[in-house]
Amino acid sequence: MNTIDLETTDLRRANRLLQGRAREGGAERTFTVTNPRGAHALAAGLDRAIDVTIQGHVGYYCAGMNQKASVTIEGNAGVGVAENMMSGTVRVTGDASQSAGATAHGGLLVIEGNAASRCGISMKGVDIVVRGSVGHNSAFMAQAGHLVICGDADDGLGDSIYETVIFLRGAAKGLGADCEEKEITADDRKILAALLQRAGLTDQDPGAFRRYGSARRLYNFKIDNLGAY
Amino acid sequence: MCGIVGLYLKDPELRGKLGAFFGPMLAEMTDRGPDSAGFAVYRDGASSDAGETGGGETGAAKASLYDPDERFDWAALAQAMGDDLGTRIAWDRVASHAVLRGAVRAKAMRDWLTANRPEVRVMSTGTSLEIYKEIGLPADVMARFGVPQMTGTHMIGHTRMATESAVTTEGAHPFNTGEDLCLVHNGSLSNHESLKRMLRREGLVFQTENDSEVAAGYLAWRLSQGASLTEALEAGLKDFDGFYTFTVGTREGFAVIRDPIACKPAVMAETDRWVAMASEFRALARLPGVEDARVWEPKPATIYSWGTA
Repeated sequence: MNTIDLETTDLRRANRLLQGRAREGGAERTFTVTNPRGAHALAAGLDRAIDVTIQGHVGYYCAGMNQKASVTIEGNAGVGVAENMMSGTVRVTGDASQSAGATAHGGLLVIEGNAASRCGISMKGVDIVVRGSVGHNSAFMAQAGHLVICGDADDGLGDSIYETVIFLRGAAKGLGADCEEKEITADDRKILAALLQRAGLTDQDPGAFRRYGSARRLYNFKIDNLGAY
Repeated sequence: MCGIVGLYLKDPELRGKLGAFFGPMLAEMTDRGPDSAGFAVYRDGASSDAGETGGGETGAAKASLYDPDERFDWAALAQAMGDDLGTRIAWDRVASHAVLRGAVRAKAMRDWLTANRPEVRVMSTGTSLEIYKEIGLPADVMARFGVPQMTGTHMIGHTRMATESAVTTEGAHPFNTGEDLCLVHNGSLSNHESLKRMLRREGLVFQTENDSEVAAGYLAWRLSQGASLTEALEAGLKDFDGFYTFTVGTREGFAVIRDPIACKPAVMAETDRWVAMASEFRALARLPGVEDARVWEPKPATIYSWGTA
């Protein structure tokens, strides 16, 4: 195990070590980062199957563009955690600021606290599981993937949504344009149960959630093109 | 961009180190605003860190003044003001600024300056507030004004990346909004010209083309109409069109408000000993005991305040 102390290590060098681009440490597969003190773009651009634990609060764009890596933030995350993630897992044990998981294509983002506004904005295939509540305009223009919210959602949930599926346990203060409640099937509940399982939130009852998605009146949806989504 | 920070020390034992805690917070926000910086400090009595001083402790009122000439004759100005107001006016030079103190009402000082020395910029008036601001990197600005030695109950500050108007000392924040009140702003207002026309009709005078000065003027106008600060901010939520995170300093503490869309960032933290806000968490990361602080993001269109703000 390799410990990177940001009190004594420059951020760029820390990221090179994590990315396996530094001369030493390339064979390491487990890293602990200490004293992050709100640093921006920490553990961004990882593209290998390593485990990173960050002990403390991080700044903007932590674990952005992640591929394959498993990153755990023991604290809060700033704006845009796991933005544009492609694969792997990012876990925030505290709260996440706005635009968590923005535009992310794949992987799993777990937020054990609350997420602020615009959680999952323009998400393109990522699965996001939030134990707490989400802020306004979450899943705005969300295109694919799943957003699971165990708490409540603020106003404008799923505004201009495409084909992302939202599972909400609590209440939405308001749904955004073209977002509506959908019938929840047994298959949906299986998908939801698997997501909760992967997120480690096994105390949540999949039967207590409702499903929301696109009414498909706002964008030019043609059933013949369904396979494209 | 722009960065804003605020720190209120609940624990009297910490108040001797107010500037020492506050300085690194504002310096950390340099990336967000490298062109100018300013801050408001709330403290009673004289400035212990003054470069040159004329007369000791006196009176309840304070005025922070600015003149670009660092050899400006504050002694003569204080003497003339004192003669007219019938009391002794003490003064401290702090780089390009000076703090005048006298046993008069703060409004009397401001009115005298407006009538007799309109070329001197009044940065603030009140009983405990002092405002200092300048062009330059935040660390340089703070060094000039002796921030590390400052004591007091609370400070709010701003690092500016100008978008709406010129980089000038007058255009830096904070803006005084009334006695012992001031405002720092991260964001931009799109209806500031129309608000300014309305406020000019109400008799307000503006020193700059800065949109944040309009927000400060708006709050000052609401307060002069008898609104509480909370009522003034609630009215602002309806009347301001644009992006903003505001921090408003008051004699007793500070208040924070974000626009209903919450585009501009803000994070808050609180322990038994202090409460703080900043544009980004990294500005709070070195406060004592922050690892055990309650840390949260203020919700949109919600007023958070301490003291009687």
